[in-house]
Amino acid sequence: MKSDIILSGVGGQGILSIAAVVGMAALENDLYLKQAEVHGMSQRGGAVQSHLRISEKEIASDLIPEGSADIIISVEPMESLRYLPWLSENGWLVTNSTPFVNIPNYPDMEKLLAEIESLPRRIILNADEIARQIKSPRSSNMVILGAASPFIDIPYKSLENGIRKIFGRKGDKVVQLNIDALKAGRDFSETNKK
Amino acid sequence: MEKILLLGAEAIAQGAIDGGMSGIYAYPGTPSTEITEYVQNNKTAIERNLHRLWSANEKTAMEAGLGMSYAGKRAMVCMKHVGLNVAADAFINSAITGVNGGLIVTVADDPSMHSSQNEQDSRFFGKFAMIPIFEPANQQEAYEMAYEGFELSEKLKVPVLLRITTRLSHSRSGIERRPLKPENKLSYPEDPIQFVLLPANARKRYKGLLGLQSLMEQESERSSFNTYYPARNKSIGIIACGISFNYLMENFPDRIFPYPVLQIGQYPLPFTKIEKIVNECEQIIVLEDGYPFVEEMLKGFLDRTNKIKGRLDGTIPRDGELNPDLVAKALGKKVKTGMKIPSIVTNRPPELCAGCSHRDIYNALNETMKEFGKQKVFSDIGCYTLGALPPWNSINSCVDMGASITMAKGAADAGVRPSIAVIGDSTFTHSGMTALLDCVYENSPVTVIISDNAVAGMTGGQESPATGKLEEICIGLGVKPEHVRVLTPLPKYHDEMVKVLCEEIMYDGVSVIISRRECIQTASRTKREQKAKTEEIAK
Ligand SMILES: Cc1ncc(C[n+]2csc(CCOP(=O)(O)OP(=O)(O)O)c2C)c(N)n1
Repeated sequence: MKSDIILSGVGGQGILSIAAVVGMAALENDLYLKQAEVHGMSQRGGAVQSHLRISEKEIASDLIPEGSADIIISVEPMESLRYLPWLSENGWLVTNSTPFVNIPNYPDMEKLLAEIESLPRRIILNADEIARQIKSPRSSNMVILGAASPFIDIPYKSLENGIRKIFGRKGDKVVQLNIDALKAGRDFSETNKK
Repeated sequence: MEKILLLGAEAIAQGAIDGGMSGIYAYPGTPSTEITEYVQNNKTAIERNLHRLWSANEKTAMEAGLGMSYAGKRAMVCMKHVGLNVAADAFINSAITGVNGGLIVTVADDPSMHSSQNEQDSRFFGKFAMIPIFEPANQQEAYEMAYEGFELSEKLKVPVLLRITTRLSHSRSGIERRPLKPENKLSYPEDPIQFVLLPANARKRYKGLLGLQSLMEQESERSSFNTYYPARNKSIGIIACGISFNYLMENFPDRIFPYPVLQIGQYPLPFTKIEKIVNECEQIIVLEDGYPFVEEMLKGFLDRTNKIKGRLDGTIPRDGELNPDLVAKALGKKVKTGMKIPSIVTNRPPELCAGCSHRDIYNALNETMKEFGKQKVFSDIGCYTLGALPPWNSINSCVDMGASITMAKGAADAGVRPSIAVIGDSTFTHSGMTALLDCVYENSPVTVIISDNAVAGMTGGQESPATGKLEEICIGLGVKPEHVRVLTPLPKYHDEMVKVLCEEIMYDGVSVIISRRECIQTASRTKREQKAKTEEIAK
């Protein structure tokens, strides 16, 4: 098995917490992993992305070749489209619909969503809203990971364990909130993917 | 042994710790910062009390590292590529003095300039200094090279350069560790004048360094980091340096290459291996993440046969980072192309954080400058450089650490009035203090604004050694106390800030305005940590 994942968002939105959970889950399954992150300048509110690769075979490149990512997971709608050149023919795009507007020329929301809707395989969810509904407003990233989880070749249980390991330091309550968020995202995908 | 997940930068740190390092000396800089930060937080490093605080700049770091080596202990010096320009004097001369304890200089280059002013290739510096260079292909090799680097340095009695690029530094993978070595004991150099580079002695030392070159090459010939992969099809031979080997492998899974491949991870280049592949194959494609360093060496000046291909003949773009697709194209392989980026997607450049103190000082400066005209503000490197972008458009230069003050001086010498410098607190102590002394010496009409957020913000909030001392430093350098002014950059003080800026700009001499408020990122992080702590205590 292999999953090549592009994570995207805006510097400061914390896409690396998603990478950390998937990374832990991959280790639990004895999979190889490579994860290229962005540090530095663009972390100040610029566009950021991470290439996350997991595989049962040794992984060569730290970067995913174009046209071959299995999933784009984005915590911001416009950013999800920036990495389309990497998405494979059969790849899925999973994105939050809540925009992060820090530029004067942010595109029109309706047109933006229509552009995403026009893709054959995509899940668009308002992760911020779902996170609020389950009273875990700071866990929207885990909602998005949950929504992407059906397309990642890792047992769902391992992702939960990943959350336990990554958030364990912050106490049982935080762990449970994030596991709930993962579940809420998963449920959304299961009912909405065609 | 169990694998641990580490960034390339962290793998180097772990390798150095396990290899018996006694101290790390560094100034932050993307993509090298995480090496030192890892050591700062590492349990063994804390237990052993390894030296791990930041240095004022790369030159002081290099010299302190050399001092630790003088005393027989193992040291690592880390910096980003442009930092090596700052440390160059010490670096080049350290090859002439040689070392006592093992000394590794780790330099992280930034092809594609993700966070830098240029994409210079540090291998040139290694060759210039005539010392061995390591260039890892992956995180495990990065670990090994740091671990083994001290031994090679001690064996040859010269520093070694460990060169990585952004992608490896900031990519995570599983690492297998080797046994922890003890630190070296304190010892003095056998020869008491080894480090005295008076001409008569320097000539001897230099001859010694020249004499070592063939030994260095033998080490490269033997090195397991320089591996030859034979193959039948000799129409092409591939020389893959450092991380480019991974991009090559991505195109040929399981290391089954159709053409001979020579993987290079240690320099000077191994002559016999290079000779073999060049003689054996009709064409050579050189893959390197950086300048055409090896390519140029192989091609030389007179070669017009077109046998050597790479960045110089357009087989690979002349600039920018390598990736698997560029390597595939260079080898004439078909690459997949994904969808295009829809035109609705707009650029999202980095920006100053909401609530950042640099915003307030730029707002005040812009209002002040309405009266004094455009293109008179020199600046420097840090978060505040983002003041060059809209909506501020406040500054007109960003060249190298400290240049704001000295460029403002030169411009003032040429007749620019007023001439203003905007510099961060960490940049000021890195290279701005000597610049200010030049201004004081001539009482140049320069207004220096130090935008003091108490940390090196751009690189993640490292402590700034000048915190709490800036006024004293400026006065100590000779700025008149009445022209060292302190402001609190907040919207509510806007008018007052404009007034002070106006006053000091009108003054015909050196003045320093310290605009002081803590970095908003650091402030909120401290708050969060404190909250977590009090919650923990409450439990
Ligand atoms: C010679 C050199 N060393 C290091 C760097 C990396 N670097 C860029 S900005 C910066 C920190 C600047 O801190 P400060 O001046 O306090 O400004 P702030 O980012 O906090 O606004 C560093 C270390 C560099 N560009 N050049």
